Amino acid sequence: MSVWLQIIGVLVACLALGWLLRFAGERVTGGRPFFRDMSLSVAFGYVVAVVVLIWIIWSYYLARTLVAPEVNKYFFFRLAIEGFLLFAAAAWLFRLLGRSVGTAGSKKLFRQMPLTASFGLFTILIYALLAIFAGVIAPHGQEQILQGVAANIPPGGDPAIGGSADYPLGTDQIGRDILSRLIYGAQNTVGIAFATTCLAFFIGGTLGFLAATLGGWLDQILSRTVDVLMAIPSLIFALLLMTIASAWAGSEKGLLTFYMVIIIAVIDSTRVFRLARAVGVNIVVMDYIEAAKLRGEGLTYLIFKEILPNATAPLLAEFGLRFCFVFLTIASLSFLGVGIQPPLADWGTMVRDLAQFINFAAFAPRVASAPLLAAGAIALLTVAVNFVVDWMLHRTTGLKE
Amino acid sequence: MIITEKTRTGEYLSTVLKIILQRLALGLLTLFVVSILIFAAVNLLPGDFAQAILGQGATPEAVEAIRRDLGLDQPPITRYFQWLVGAVQGDLGNSFAQANFASFVGADSGNKASVAAQIAPRFWNTMFLAGVTALIAVPFSVLLGILAALYRNSAFDKFANMFTLSSISSPEFFLAYILILFLAVLNPVLPSLSNIYQGMGLGERLEKTLLPALTLTLVVTAHMMRMTRAAIINLLASPYIEMARLKGMSPMRVIVRHALPNALAPIINVVALNLAYLITGVVVVEVVFVYPGIGQLFVDSVKIRDIPVVQACCLIFAAAYILLNLTADIMSIVSNPRLRHPK
Repeated sequence: MSVWLQIIGVLVACLALGWLLRFAGERVTGGRPFFRDMSLSVAFGYVVAVVVLIWIIWSYYLARTLVAPEVNKYFFFRLAIEGFLLFAAAAWLFRLLGRSVGTAGSKKLFRQMPLTASFGLFTILIYALLAIFAGVIAPHGQEQILQGVAANIPPGGDPAIGGSADYPLGTDQIGRDILSRLIYGAQNTVGIAFATTCLAFFIGGTLGFLAATLGGWLDQILSRTVDVLMAIPSLIFALLLMTIASAWAGSEKGLLTFYMVIIIAVIDSTRVFRLARAVGVNIVVMDYIEAAKLRGEGLTYLIFKEILPNATAPLLAEFGLRFCFVFLTIASLSFLGVGIQPPLADWGTMVRDLAQFINFAAFAPRVASAPLLAAGAIALLTVAVNFVVDWMLHRTTGLKE
Repeated sequence: MIITEKTRTGEYLSTVLKIILQRLALGLLTLFVVSILIFAAVNLLPGDFAQAILGQGATPEAVEAIRRDLGLDQPPITRYFQWLVGAVQGDLGNSFAQANFASFVGADSGNKASVAAQIAPRFWNTMFLAGVTALIAVPFSVLLGILAALYRNSAFDKFANMFTLSSISSPEFFLAYILILFLAVLNPVLPSLSNIYQGMGLGERLEKTLLPALTLTLVVTAHMMRMTRAAIINLLASPYIEMARLKGMSPMRVIVRHALPNALAPIINVVALNLAYLITGVVVVEVVFVYPGIGQLFVDSVKIRDIPVVQACCLIFAAAYILLNLTADIMSIVSNPRLRHPK
């Protein structure tokens, strides 16, 4: 309880300081409009920002100077700060590189890019490289049970608690290298999510454009079916269907992963259908479609040559968001134990298997970092994609408020 | 012709009532179709429940006996209506796992094995969690949205935007473990496991629910805050807001007194939609915190293929989801000033 009282006390003190700041500012500057018109809440905001900044710097200073065991408390804090600064610097350098290298068009693109978007692009690029070259980068195979190496080596490589420098993130409960599995996770988790999203777009996009161009009973049937499918929360529906799929697949784990791709693609294609149909209906009423119809063009030509090129921008943004959604759904399913099946390495499953290590954070912080790395890898990619989509939407629709 | 105030109100009531009744009927119809879908999906299972319970090595006689016991020898349509009528009356059938356990111990399966008895206490636990989350998340995100609209394009606005975007795009279990790490392991302020039991005091219960509730708050805040901000900013260009500003009103007063009432419809809408989203989020969060709610039961039943429980949970989740979406719909109709004051 005392913690909450402390927080309230600090906030009240900030309020008092804010009032003082405004008062002092007004006196010193002789009533400058900046201080005169400042409301108390703005002054409070400034003080809180300064206090938080000082607190962060002070904690970081403690994290660098204290020794074990006191420093353990600040280990993750330090990791977060350093990671944040590292990524910010990398994003900045990446943008600088983009501004000086490439064609005139890409240079212009990078010049107008906010730092968040360049961070997003940079991160997506790293993930793509990791996923493609996982087999080359990873020191061991994802399913390889290392011979002559103990199982359950704690992460961190600290020999005092049984760690080993050869396996910086340790080994799991049956003696597989966690670092290799983390790298292969990029291939499996991201690859499967990407394939699922593509399938969802293929199904949803085709049906949506068909419904928009043909209209009539086909449109009615498809739209009402989608309405019903969307009335069930998607994760719940996926779990229900996965129960049935697991009965179908029996003991064949690979088949279950395949069923999962189909199930999630179908569930998510309903959202794509909605968007594709809405965009398509707006395009179908245009004059150039009328002209194409009068020319006697067929349905395929209409959809691929007339509608699709004009619907690319909203569909592309939707692809990013849909990918995030599918990726998170697959990660959640795997975390719950019904998604991507072993022996494939996958981040959701790894978080579930390693989660108990978090409880050791107070005395062996490196040990606790393995599950958080897997969960953080998921979060980092979705955040990156979201930043890029946000920027794309801002740019293409001119959402300038 | 003179239209009195009274007839206007009457007209308004009848219009709104008609729309609400229409939506309610549509919602019921959707729920009915969804129940068919859930039932049909489960009936796609290869073999049937009887084989699922007894496994591969069962004798044909035993399978036959259980099939008769569960009424599986009847046609699917009859079974569907039996299930539906039962579900409406609160009888959701018997849990396989519990029935199995009861027969294994040799006890009378009786009341304990019924799905309803298993779900009822957990249902209230989940409602409690969702309620606590809503109580924290709704005021917090609306306030944040108002502040972001007030100080738009400032450092605060950009930071809030980045923070909420990051929290909405992280998986629920990542946020949950981060909160556990900082608030339960490194600084033991809150318990990391929510072992709720019956007959617990409200204070203790609240303390144990707080960490899952905070996680869910982080998940739903972003969307609500962004919509509140967008709804208010949308209105700021209108002439009446400019008038209020030219009158010399303070910016906070302009937003709270003039912009907010007109932005209420989209805000209420997005709040209801996010409460509906909570239903999905609750599943993962309950598993992380071992919170004895309906989501955890659902996941456990999915893993052991306890079909009646899966069906019942699915139906409950879908019903809650449809109901909340319906509420969002009706609320936005009711709060539409054009409908409230018909010409």
